Formats: sequence, C-alpha cells, structure tokens
Amino acid sequence: MRHIISVLLENEPGALSRVVGLFSQRGYNIETLNVAPTEDSTLSRLTLTTLGDDQKIEQITKHLNRLIDVVKLVDLTEGAHIERELMMVKVRATGAQRAEIKRCTDIFRGQIVDVGPTVYTIQIAGPSDKLDAFLDSIDDTAIMEVVRSGVSGIARGEKVLSL
Amino acid sequence: MEMLSGGEMVVRALEDEGVEFIFGYPGGSVLHIYDALFKSNKVPHILVRHEQAATHAADGYARATGKPGVVLVTSGPGATNAITGIATAYMDSIPMVVISGQVQSHLIGGDAFQETDMVGISRPIVKHSYLIKDPREIPETIKKAFYLAASGRPGPVVIDIPKDITNPTDKYEYVYPDTMKLRSYTPATRGHSGQIKKAMQLLLSAQRPVIYTGGGVILGNGSELLTELAQELNYPVTNTLMGLGAYPATDKQFLGMLGMHGFVEANNAMHHSDVILAVGARFDDRVTNTISKFCPTAKIIHVDIDPASISKTVTADIPIVGPVDVVLKDMLAQVRDLRAADKSLPDTEALDSWWKQINEWRDEHGLWTAPRYDTESGLIKPQQVIESLYRATNGEAYVTSDVGQHQMFAAQFYKFDKPRRWINSGGLGTMGFGLPAAMGVKMAFPDSDVACVTGEGSIQMNIQELSTCSQYGAPVKIINLNNGYLGMVKQWQDMQYAGRYSSSVYEESLPDFVKLMEAYGHVGIRVEKLEDLEDAMDEAFKLKDRLVFLDVYVDRHEHVYPMQIAPNGSMRDMYLSKTERT
Ligand SMILES: Cc1ncc(C[n+]2csc(CCOP(=O)(O)OP(=O)(O)O)c2C)c(N)n1
Ligand SMILES: [Mg+2]
Repeated sequence: MRHIISVLLENEPGALSRVVGLFSQRGYNIETLNVAPTEDSTLSRLTLTTLGDDQKIEQITKHLNRLIDVVKLVDLTEGAHIERELMMVKVRATGAQRAEIKRCTDIFRGQIVDVGPTVYTIQIAGPSDKLDAFLDSIDDTAIMEVVRSGVSGIARGEKVLSL
Repeated sequence: MEMLSGGEMVVRALEDEGVEFIFGYPGGSVLHIYDALFKSNKVPHILVRHEQAATHAADGYARATGKPGVVLVTSGPGATNAITGIATAYMDSIPMVVISGQVQSHLIGGDAFQETDMVGISRPIVKHSYLIKDPREIPETIKKAFYLAASGRPGPVVIDIPKDITNPTDKYEYVYPDTMKLRSYTPATRGHSGQIKKAMQLLLSAQRPVIYTGGGVILGNGSELLTELAQELNYPVTNTLMGLGAYPATDKQFLGMLGMHGFVEANNAMHHSDVILAVGARFDDRVTNTISKFCPTAKIIHVDIDPASISKTVTADIPIVGPVDVVLKDMLAQVRDLRAADKSLPDTEALDSWWKQINEWRDEHGLWTAPRYDTESGLIKPQQVIESLYRATNGEAYVTSDVGQHQMFAAQFYKFDKPRRWINSGGLGTMGFGLPAAMGVKMAFPDSDVACVTGEGSIQMNIQELSTCSQYGAPVKIINLNNGYLGMVKQWQDMQYAGRYSSSVYEESLPDFVKLMEAYGHVGIRVEKLEDLEDAMDEAFKLKDRLVFLDVYVDRHEHVYPMQIAPNGSMRDMYLSKTERT
C-alpha cells in the first residue's frame, strides 16, 4: 500500500541526506519526496510517499524516528487527510488541439499559466491520482515536459504535526 | 570567563567529559588539536600505528568499561582508515566518539589535499555526526556527542572539525555545558507496565520457557537483574555471541551460546520452547537460521531499548521498549507479585520435565559435559587451547578475539561468568579487531589478564600494533590458534565447495612469529606438542609485564561444531561433526 509519511526535521545541513540515505541503505523505495522550511525556521517539513506492507512501513517509521534529526513524524495515510501535488505540464498545442487541451484543463480545474504560439503550460494541483488522470486524458505525443512537486499532505480536523 | 581556541576547547571538553584515553594518529588538519593536547597533557594520547587500530582500541576500552571510547584522526586517509572500526562499533552498538580533522572550511568541496567527506562516508555507520561550522559550537557539540554515544542504544558519533575552526589565535569563551537539549532524541526510560504484566503472566504460564539474551543486556548493565530473574524462576538461559557473560556460564541454568555455532541444548531448547523471553537481542540471522522455521511453537516477549529492533525479523507477541535494567527490575517485581498471588506458578511439573529434556540434550551433545572433539589424535586441538587458557586464567581474564574458527572456539570453550569480559566483533565480524581491542582493554585494566585469541590470518591484519603495545606497555597475551589456513573459510570450502581451497592458504609465506615478536621486543613461544601446551600457557601468564605471543600449532583440519544447517534449516538442524547431524 502507498503511504504518505510527513516528517518534521531539524533544519540542519545533512539532515535530508540522512533520511534519503536511510531509504537506500535499507532498500526502501521513495516514490516522491518534497521538503521545505516551515514557519519555524529551525524545522523543515519533509513529506515522502513510499510503498510497502504494514510491517515494512512500521520499520520505515521506526528507523526514521531513530534518526537524531527527525523530531516528529506522522503516517498521514493512517487517518483522514488532504493530499496535494502540484504539476506543470508543457504540451504541444496547435490548431484544433488548442481548444481540446483547454477544455481538458478546465475539466481538471487546472490553469494555463503560459502560452506560446505552439505550446501551453498547464498547472494542476490535486491528489496524485488526479494528476495521473489528467496526463492520461491528453494525447501522449503532445506532452513535452512534466514537472511534479511530489506529494504534500496535512491531516484533516484538529490533528497537527508540530512540536 | 576563560578564553580558549577551538583546538584548546576540544581538548578541554574531553578533559571535562572525564575521558581517560584518546586513541589517535596525527596529521595536518588536527595539528592544532595535537598542539593543545601537548600543552595540556592531562588526557593520555595513545599513538596507534594505524587509525583502524585506534577505533578498535577505543572500542575494546568501551566494551570493557562501559564508557565511550575516544578516537582522534586526521582528515582524508586518517578518516577513511577509521571507517572499519566505526562500522564495527556501530554494528555492536558500542559507545564511541570519533573526532576527525577536516580541511579548512573554505576549501571544503574543492577536492583539497586530504579532503574526504567524512560525514557523508560515515553516515550509514554512525548513530549521529556533526560537522562543526563555528568554534563556539565545540563544547556543546562534544557534550551532545558523548550523550548520544552512550545513551539509549549506544553507538559511534563522529565530529568532523575543519582545521580553521581549531586555529590557535582565535579565542572564544569556553564553558562546558552541564546539560544540553536534544528535542528530537528521547530514548525510553521505562517499559510499559501493562505490557510487562502481560509478559510476566505469559512467562509464568510457560511449560517450556527459554530466556534468550544478547549484547543489550551487557550494554544496558542488566546482568545481575537477569541472573536474579532467571534464578527466581529456575528457567534456562542462553546467550548470543554478543551476550556471553551476561549470565554466569558456570551456572547450571546456562545452556551455552545459541545460533550458528551454538550448543545443541540451547538451539534445541529454543526450537521446542513455548515461550521465549528475548532481552537485548535482535534475532540476528546468525541466531535464527531460516526465519520461516524459527521456533514454531514459541510465543515471543521481546525487550529492547531500540523499537526498530523489535519485530524486525521475527514478530514479537509482546514487545516491550525500554532500558533492559529498568525493565528487568519491573519484571522481577511483577513476577514476585504474581507468584505471591498464585503460588502454583510457574508449573513446576512442566518445568521439571523440560529440564529433564534439556539435560538429556546436554548429556548427549553438550560441549562441556564431555569432549566432543577427537582426544586421541595426538594433535593439539584448538578447543584444548581455549580450555587451557580458561584454566590458566581461572576464567577471570578479559578475552578479545578476532574473527574465524578461533573466535567460535573461544566463545564455546571459555566460560564467561561476568559481563564485559568477552570482547569480539559479532555484528561486522572484523578480522584485525582482536589485538587493538586487547590493547584498549589492557589500558583500562592494567592489573587484569587480557588475552587475545586470534588466528594467523587475523593477527596479520593489525599486527603493527605490537609496536604500540611496546610504547605504552600493554602486556597482553596473544593466543594464536595457528592452523595455517583462513580456517573458517576453509571450513566452508570443505563443506560446500568439495575442499577447493580457493585462496584460503598461504603456501610457505607465514612469518616466523617467534622471531617477529623478538623484533618487536616481545616474547614469542611456539607450541607444537600437546604436552607442552599447559606449561607454555602458564609461562605466558607468569610473565606479567611482557607481551607474550603463544603460537600454537593446532590441528589444521578441525571444524567448528555444532554448525546450523543452511539454507532452509531450523534452529535445531545442526551438523555435530564431519559425519553426524541432528
Ligand atoms: C576484514 C575481514 N576480511 C575477511 C573476512 C572473512 N573471514 C572470516 S573468517 C576468515 C578466516 C580467518 O582466518 P584466521 O584468522 O586464521 O582464523 P581461523 O578461522 O583460521 O581460526 C575470513 C577470511 C573477515 N571476517 N574480515
Ligand atoms: Mg587460521
């Protein structure tokens, strides 16, 4: 099963490499990864998605917790949560395709954020499967470049990941 | 307020931390620190002959004393030479602080002379590491490093210090902090009382219990409580290779070591048990044999300070995270309460028949109930050498070892009654560990007998330390089980490769160890006949102030037995000799 693990990390040099190193060292996969500072400048928030059965995920969270730089973590998929990923797609858009792509973008509530005579750059945010669905819905050969941010997530309701 | 340079701060912080020895080797990037050491001259520095030996010596010191070992090395090759020793300490959870020099801050990343990314290279084999960015960070970082190294599940911590940070002309206020804060590090201080109660109910209901303990009991100073608990219950106890000495080997409840070269009674008892109390052990593959066949009827209680060790390979029925001493104490109290409430616990009838079964295994196969090796061959059997060592030292010595057959014979035949006496590289299996580790132990306990059981292969991996032993007076006894082979490799080649000794032989290239000892100013004694063994052994220990190397020519073709059958074997599937199996 796919899990979204969100980590509060000391904002120290080398902290990220310890997390990434742990995954390669122990043979775990990272599907997506994103990391950025938080409102507290001493902390970064790192979110990663990984695949594994319960036992593997338990090992991953235990080993992450063992890292001295990891202050706190949560497996967001254990409860109700909101997941978002940002994607930008550059597509070849000429002739009749232009209208078609525009329509598709609207259906997925994306925005065209840059326009050229033969290209569109589309921005879409949402859960990863929605982004996948968008890519499936447009002609493969039109896609010139895809950039995805990796998943971010937050728990629903009162629950927070903070100190 | 005292003003110190970065280099002086390093030295002063080590003094304030109560460090007894620094094991190290100088070089460009640590010269400021070495100069500060020279001037202060309070903590003795042991100049090894290779940085790997510094880490093993610090490691041996740490295992014997329980205090963190301290290593100081220069950047680049000094740092990389230390890596094997850091990995060795990491695998066995040994507290160690390694200070490595680094090139000047502004040169980092530019492939400067003797630059290597020490924090990067050591990352997978340290508990934590620091790169110092400002001299003012030094006192607190050192304080944190010692705390991290020794607390929770211990391990090595690296502090990488660029040369400019230790510049003698830049002075800063020095205060060694009494406390420090580490918001992200909170090792458990107690086991969950509900879990402990459940665990003790299960343990007391057992018909065929076994207590299986590892290095964690030694590291966590839980030996006495373990012994008390086991004796309160009259339950059998087995120790891992790392756990020997946690329970007195000469006590009748002790089943010997378990695992790949474990005792039949220990491996059988595990296999047939209905409840296993595992304490400070990690169900290593050298213990469990094939995981899917591991102890099919057992319920497992697993106590460890490190949650990541629990249910890693074998799922625990009752996991308990906490320091072993505190948990064992709570367990003991719980057991006494439960027994006071129900006098019929545990089921003594069941226990009697369990002991009867165990004693049958022991009588038939135990390594200590009768010699299981050939006593008629006229050759010196390696097992006999360890028995002789045990006798000559009254079982009281600190025994370090290298890696190979000799290590297994030492583990099987030296009966350790006390913790911290058996010092070997169990997790990483590092040949070359034994001599420098013995050196570190001898520094800590100059009045105790310290023996290094080694092989002619392993000893040559750090033999240069004979010189360090001369310089600092470390009269350890080296017991070389000279079989003229990389014996453990040969054993596998005998068993699995039809005796094709691919690179496990030295032809005629072995040195004359007796002459070599003389060259270093030590004593070498060659023993070729069984009848000379006892006298030579006694002689070695009589020469209190000399390093003695006993070069014992043992049976070249002996194998270590029992040996678990792999792949696909369970714990109880073992070869008992070259011709028999269970
Ligand atoms: C540094 C290192 N290299 C290789 C090995 C693999 N190895 C394990 S035991 C062994 C043979 C050791 O020979 P010796 O020291 O003579 O001991 P013996 O088995 O003969 O008693 C080897 C090569 C190891 N454990 N460590
Ligand atoms: Mg050998």
